[in-house]
Amino acid sequence: MDPSASLETHHDPHAHAGEHEHQQLGWWRKYIFSTDHKVIGIQYGLCGLVFLFFGFCLMMLMRWQLAYPGQALPVIGKWLPYIFGAGSMPDGKMTPDFYNSLGAMHGTIMIFAGVVPLAFAAFGNFVVPLQIGAPDMTFPKVNAASFWAFGVGGVIMLTSFFVPGGAAKSGWTSYTPLAAFADRGPGHLSIFNGQTLWLIGFIFLITSSLLGAINFITTIIQLRAKGLTWMRLPFFVWSQFVTAFLLLLAFPPLEAAIIMQLMDRVADTSFFLPSGLVVNGAPVSISGGGSPLLWQHLFWFLGHPEVYVLILPAFGIVAEILANNSRKPLWGYKSLVFSVLVIGFLSFIVWAHHMWMTGMGSAVSAFFQTTTLLISIPSVIILSAFFISLWGGSIRFTVPMLFATAFLPMFGIGGLTGIPLAFNSADLYLHDTYYIIAHFHYIVAPGTIFGLFAGIYYWFPKATGRKMNDFWGKVHFWPTLICMNVIFLPMFLQGMAGMHRRWYDGGQGWNVANEHTIWGLTGFQWNAPISWAAWIMGLAQIPFIINFFWSIKRGEKVNDNPWEATTLEWTAPSPPPHGNFIGTPVAYRGPYEYSLPGRERDFTMQNEPVEPSERVRRKSAEPVLV
Amino acid sequence: MEIPYTVSTRPDTGLWNAKVGIWLFLASEVMLFGGLFSAYIFLRLDAPPGMWPHGLLNVPVGTMNTAILIMSSVTVVLAWAALKMRRYRAYWWYMLATILCGVIFLAVKLVYEWPQKFDHFGAYIKPDALGKYEQYLGNEHAAAKDLPPRLEITGHLHNRAALTDPNIKEYEVYLDPVNADPTNPAMDRPHFFYVPPTHKLATIEKADVERATMFLPTHSAYFASYFTITGLHGMHVLGGVLVFIYMWLPVSKKLYQRNPEHLANRVEVAGLFWHFVDLIWIFVFPLFYLL
Repeated sequence: MDPSASLETHHDPHAHAGEHEHQQLGWWRKYIFSTDHKVIGIQYGLCGLVFLFFGFCLMMLMRWQLAYPGQALPVIGKWLPYIFGAGSMPDGKMTPDFYNSLGAMHGTIMIFAGVVPLAFAAFGNFVVPLQIGAPDMTFPKVNAASFWAFGVGGVIMLTSFFVPGGAAKSGWTSYTPLAAFADRGPGHLSIFNGQTLWLIGFIFLITSSLLGAINFITTIIQLRAKGLTWMRLPFFVWSQFVTAFLLLLAFPPLEAAIIMQLMDRVADTSFFLPSGLVVNGAPVSISGGGSPLLWQHLFWFLGHPEVYVLILPAFGIVAEILANNSRKPLWGYKSLVFSVLVIGFLSFIVWAHHMWMTGMGSAVSAFFQTTTLLISIPSVIILSAFFISLWGGSIRFTVPMLFATAFLPMFGIGGLTGIPLAFNSADLYLHDTYYIIAHFHYIVAPGTIFGLFAGIYYWFPKATGRKMNDFWGKVHFWPTLICMNVIFLPMFLQGMAGMHRRWYDGGQGWNVANEHTIWGLTGFQWNAPISWAAWIMGLAQIPFIINFFWSIKRGEKVNDNPWEATTLEWTAPSPPPHGNFIGTPVAYRGPYEYSLPGRERDFTMQNEPVEPSERVRRKSAEPVLV
Repeated sequence: MEIPYTVSTRPDTGLWNAKVGIWLFLASEVMLFGGLFSAYIFLRLDAPPGMWPHGLLNVPVGTMNTAILIMSSVTVVLAWAALKMRRYRAYWWYMLATILCGVIFLAVKLVYEWPQKFDHFGAYIKPDALGKYEQYLGNEHAAAKDLPPRLEITGHLHNRAALTDPNIKEYEVYLDPVNADPTNPAMDRPHFFYVPPTHKLATIEKADVERATMFLPTHSAYFASYFTITGLHGMHVLGGVLVFIYMWLPVSKKLYQRNPEHLANRVEVAGLFWHFVDLIWIFVFPLFYLL
């Protein structure tokens, strides 16, 4: 890549910073209590990455127990009780309660404190206003409030590890009545117990994404640059737009459910508790008359759109990177936009496919089975469009592109293995097995998280003015890709062999996990290679962490448009000053005008006016392909 | 740096930013209360005969609160209109009226309605002991008239220590009119006006009681949803009142002098929220007080 080829090269990105009033703000206001969307985006990003790593560490601990049940964890095992309390890992051996806490908190932290803040809030905050040519979000203070609500929620979630009894342990879904009675009674405090703190933390996390979602939608509707019509929006903006709607409308019913579970725990109501409940051999003194199914309905009413909250931003990131690195317009832009809208709509009416085991009745099952299969259509359209976008492109395998291309088959595997689960007859067998774990992790781990890594490598130069190191990026990519597959591929087999996802001993004590061999190993024996792959993958993140921080100060300096991209964020200086753009950005064309014929360069930025000669040749804003 | 369209409208959408924002916020609020109301429907449909109480709330007081909230919705529109006409004095008075309406609503809820419930007692009788208390329940009369069975005796608890002291073997209750005179046809339907408990004292043995509590959220699915939904609604009213107080204080007069349209927009947005809170009450009132 030749830096001088970029049209919008600014001689020194830092020369503009002095012109803005932001300079007068103190360090605290500028970097900590900032209302600037870029700072908030980076704050969200760093916190999200820390939470992701923390959630991953919880899982690495669990993998020890699964591979070597009952054995003392070497080296760090004897230190963990000092951190997580005596009841967690006495003598380095994990207790069942601690295992359950790790499982519940791994899910909660990964999804709600890791991926959503990173995929939606961090990338959305940093990139969306730049891509639509806006000076900031519409409500900068609300934006800051959103981040700080997230901070409080995250801290509460972390704090819950250190209260008597440990963190929430009823699964990330917190099904009642189990969750209503967990962490209560002797040895537990009334508010400061794992499950109650989980609920309270959630209220803050929901508030945070509510404020964020309102801000995103309003910003996209109101602050698009002149000429940036809806069909000229980069696909990433569309995906964030739909994601914001999902968060806006799907989270509140969960908030209602959380308020009710909180009432069940604190005010002894019975929203989710049926009559005649017996706990620990004694009837409970509650009014009863509640419904455990109600919790499941309200939880999954969020839970399913949440899946698309996790994946849609990754779609958006991957779309940007595929177009940029194949030097071709994204294939089927309109189909992509309508598909993402249809996904957004359908995702609200598929939730009960998580509840086939509850016996809802065949009519209800038939309805949700149909909608679940319908939603695979737009997903397949999107993935197909991505694949076709590569066709005939002159592909540059940059580090972001490596992650983006790896995303495609990984998400494909995750998506296709979901189809059997859509049918309730097949799901009855696969429900709550490792098959499910493998299926949704293929979507969110090598799927979404690869998308996020791609995005980090891709927009890093915009945030810092420097590129992350290519070599170490590849050292990060290849082991991560291999380990991801070694971890999750055998889980399909384990699951089909009947291994249950919540076994504390990894299946050691169960016939079904020991009597059949899969490729020479029994289901239980597969745990060890999976665990080793997980730990190696942990090590493989070290190049990324070092590369990330090292490149902030020492990375190769690049111009404002190092990837020779077309969208508006690359017309701003790197890093963009407060207010983002020098002059007012105007969009004259669609987002992916790569390889326009008859042009000197193979990319035409959105702010380049349409020349008279072009007008003759093309009738619409769509690029003409030869 | 200035964010565009905070006060003026964007030409192609015809909206200023906060107006888009508040409608989105209200959409999410619809889903929040929608979740709670669907829980209400779920619980109510699931309730066995006789387990969903009627007539335990004070309908005239609820009606009055409904009227107060509707009135405040009118005054907030008048306040906004006064700002649009640049009549700050009138705005100030209308806003004060709105704030007072909100405060009165909350006061009625928190000082009168809720404590009155907390002070009321109900005991669900075990199925095999229902006959023993037929004189208070009148189930034969109810069955003859095709009414749902009466499973609970309510009233004022005379010996409140009985709630906590295991040595006390019975509850002494000043009966509610329906339990004092259960076969009276006038008691077949809930009363519109609140009728206080009578002086007729009944003794209910604890051994015959399935479960006895004051009218707290733990009492039943009905009171659980009543307190949760009205509590959340009350918090919304409180939030609205606080915002209105901010807009009514001198600090907002400064904004008015600088940019009156900006203040008018703020009042419009807060007013939209207020109408929504009002609308929620329009659902709460019939669901809990009337139906």
